Amino acid sequence: MYELFKARAERAGAEVHRFTTKAEAEAYIVDLFQKEQVRDETGHLVVWADCPFLDEALKERVSTLPGMRFTVSRDNANAARIGISQVDGALAEIGTLVQDATAIDKRLVSMLPEVHLAILSTKTIVADMPAWIAQTNTSTLGSYIAMITGPSRTADIERVLTIGVHGPRRLVVCCVDEMGGVA
Amino acid sequence: MEKQFRESIGTALDDAKLSAALGKFSVDYKVNRAKIYEDTDFEALRSQIAACKSYAAEHMEELAAEFTKNAEARGAKVFRANSPEAVREYILQVAKDNGVKLIVKSKSMATEEIHLNPFLEKEGIEVAETDLGEWIIQLAGQRPSHMVMPAIHLTREDVADIFSKEVEERLSSDIPRLVQLAREKLRPKFLQAGMGISGGNIAVAETGTVVLVTNEGNARLTTTLPKVHVAVIGLEKLVAKFADVAPILKALPRSATAQLLTSYVSMITGPAPTDDGGVKDLHIVLMDNQRSAMAHDPMFKEALQCIRCASCLNVCPIFRLVGGHVFGKVYTGAIGTILTAWYEGLQQSEDIQGLCIMCGACKDVCPGKIDIPSLIMEVRRRLVQNEGVPLIQKSIYQVVNNRKLFHGMLRAASVASKPLSKGGFIRHLPLFLSDLTEGRSLPAIAATPLRDSIKKIEQPKGLQEKAVFYAGCLIDFAYPEMGEALVKILNKAGVEVLFPEGQTCCGAPARYSGVYEVAAKNSKDNIDALLSVAADYVVSACPTCTVALNEEFIATFKSLGQTEHLPKAEQLAAKTMDFSTLVKKLVDEGRLSLKEGQQLGKITYHDSCHLKRSLRADQPPRELLQKAGYEISEMFECDVCCGMGGSYSVKLPEMSAPILQRKLKNIKDTGAPVVAMDCPGCVMQIRGGMHQDGAGVQVRHTVELIAQQLAD
Repeated sequence: MYELFKARAERAGAEVHRFTTKAEAEAYIVDLFQKEQVRDETGHLVVWADCPFLDEALKERVSTLPGMRFTVSRDNANAARIGISQVDGALAEIGTLVQDATAIDKRLVSMLPEVHLAILSTKTIVADMPAWIAQTNTSTLGSYIAMITGPSRTADIERVLTIGVHGPRRLVVCCVDEMGGVA
Repeated sequence: MEKQFRESIGTALDDAKLSAALGKFSVDYKVNRAKIYEDTDFEALRSQIAACKSYAAEHMEELAAEFTKNAEARGAKVFRANSPEAVREYILQVAKDNGVKLIVKSKSMATEEIHLNPFLEKEGIEVAETDLGEWIIQLAGQRPSHMVMPAIHLTREDVADIFSKEVEERLSSDIPRLVQLAREKLRPKFLQAGMGISGGNIAVAETGTVVLVTNEGNARLTTTLPKVHVAVIGLEKLVAKFADVAPILKALPRSATAQLLTSYVSMITGPAPTDDGGVKDLHIVLMDNQRSAMAHDPMFKEALQCIRCASCLNVCPIFRLVGGHVFGKVYTGAIGTILTAWYEGLQQSEDIQGLCIMCGACKDVCPGKIDIPSLIMEVRRRLVQNEGVPLIQKSIYQVVNNRKLFHGMLRAASVASKPLSKGGFIRHLPLFLSDLTEGRSLPAIAATPLRDSIKKIEQPKGLQEKAVFYAGCLIDFAYPEMGEALVKILNKAGVEVLFPEGQTCCGAPARYSGVYEVAAKNSKDNIDALLSVAADYVVSACPTCTVALNEEFIATFKSLGQTEHLPKAEQLAAKTMDFSTLVKKLVDEGRLSLKEGQQLGKITYHDSCHLKRSLRADQPPRELLQKAGYEISEMFECDVCCGMGGSYSVKLPEMSAPILQRKLKNIKDTGAPVVAMDCPGCVMQIRGGMHQDGAGVQVRHTVELIAQQLAD
């Protein structure tokens, strides 16, 4: 399932990485901060939406890094280089991330920054849309469910594919096999 | 057709940039669409969509009520509006109540339909379209030319000019830079706007959910950042169950842009929190504007199965020539013709409906399984019913309705056209008729029609099986040799051919012009004639005629409520077969043998619209030709219309001509010395074109080629 998801998500322009443990994923993320040169400056912040992956210990470890923001507003999300959120699942057949984005900060961090880093528990990947719908309780649907497939794109000028119109130019997916207590 | 409209066709045809953009797109689209559907059972998928959407159309009121109840239970305000005015007034009121000065919009055809932007702007509210294509169109002061790609008619240079004016700075035509400019200019508007307006791709009654699909991410911003969100949704977007979302989301991106899914899908169920600690003020406008009336129309309720993918535009040979500013109003292309007739009034569709050549390419790809050509034909019929038939046409149809007079005139024409014809062709016609021979020579009317020559053929005596031959006007009066070839083949297989003389025009010209009463009279005359003699089957070598006998006599009677003729029409339909299918069957049964071991060289095959898309018989002629010893070399776009379209080439020769030229080029590019086809109408068009072109490719009906290869 993971392989199909990865292939399809990459076809849509996403970058997909797989980690066995949370620690490995953390190391990758911290490395990405450096590569993207995040710092305490407009346009270079990191906005990290509240999520199970971001436990207290992790928060403490990364809070010393420059540019980190754990309280998300439209202003700091708009001034961020990277936005991080955890998603709830994925659809392998079409390389799509699925997120209950009712919480406003999840939407802000995945829309406004240049890069969206999505954390996904590998075991939450399902086959396709019908499989996701079948496991969804329609009587308790979140107010805002977001599906994300690759970065923001347009082909409105001469049908030439161009990445990053209104949303992120880069979508990085970190699949984690062993989330520990978190799904 | 209005003179002004006619001129707009000419202008579009002369627009090299437009035809290059649309031409390239139509070619790419076909390839990409086929690839993205590779592993999908499209027929099963569209049957699923047609089922859930037709259910929704039939239960529109119930679903609207259920949607309202469920969306309101989740905290949304739902407003049901019957007219465009009501929608506009409601939105203005919400804007005023919230002190809104700036509105951001994500792409919405429903708001285009009600001309919302100019209305709000007149009230002093700034409205910013945020979909890149829509923003370009807004800045240029135009209307979208395509439902999915609103600015497809513009080049990067055009866009650079438009943006340069906006930012008062000369910009280069580098596309990524232009896109970056849009990002920079529109981001502050998203952040400052007091209201976001969106459309809705699906509205789920079961949950009160609005589903939005976009690639750019503008719908997410539009529905998240401003305090107020108004979603304007046509009632046809309703579906019953949340599970119905799956097939629609599977087909929509595949058919629209050949993507597995758009970058973003948002499913909004009630108001979500906003970033000021409150919750969204969510308004959902369910817009009727004739949709419930359509739902009550026995024919047009099918049009509500549309999911707005625009694939009917993308495969249309006419759309690719003139684009949506000619072929359409707010909604463009084939489905746009039908929607215009309803949303803006029947009269408004008068010009654009005439552009449809009835090739059926759209019907084949429609994920909502809508029989679009039949609905356009019904628009025609209702226009004729309301407005009457133009005088000249009327006099023609009066002639066609009187078989003896009609056939008498055709015989007279054979004599009269003699001075104009040369080598079996009429190259030029005088005066106002000259357009008809522009780029194409017309066949001379035969000196002896088939109805006379067939009597002189000595058929073998005592044959048990009998076939009634329905010739149709072209074979009867222009190409009797095709009919004679058919008799030769069937005789060889032990079938006697009967030719009831009462047979007349199949009524297609009248029907395709919306003059159903004339078509019905033709149908009735033919049914009487063809069932007057006992026979095992009825065979025709013209696919358009075959479809008339098979389906359209019945459809015409049904449309007119003349149900008394249905039993006989159905009896005839059950007996009718096209030539190639019948002959292939006779060969397979071992009743007809072709010469063995022939090596006849390369041939290419042109699929006639009705044979391919109505009769689904594109393989039997190919198999026959191969069996005869030809090696088939497929041409590019073998199943794209040749531009004949019955009387279309007479009514709109300026459109028919470039379609024909493209077909001739595709044929010549194969290098085959012969092109075969199963329709005498296509032969007339393509043979005439090849004659003026001078390329020397032989243009033959399959019947002629097979008749030459019968084993002794």
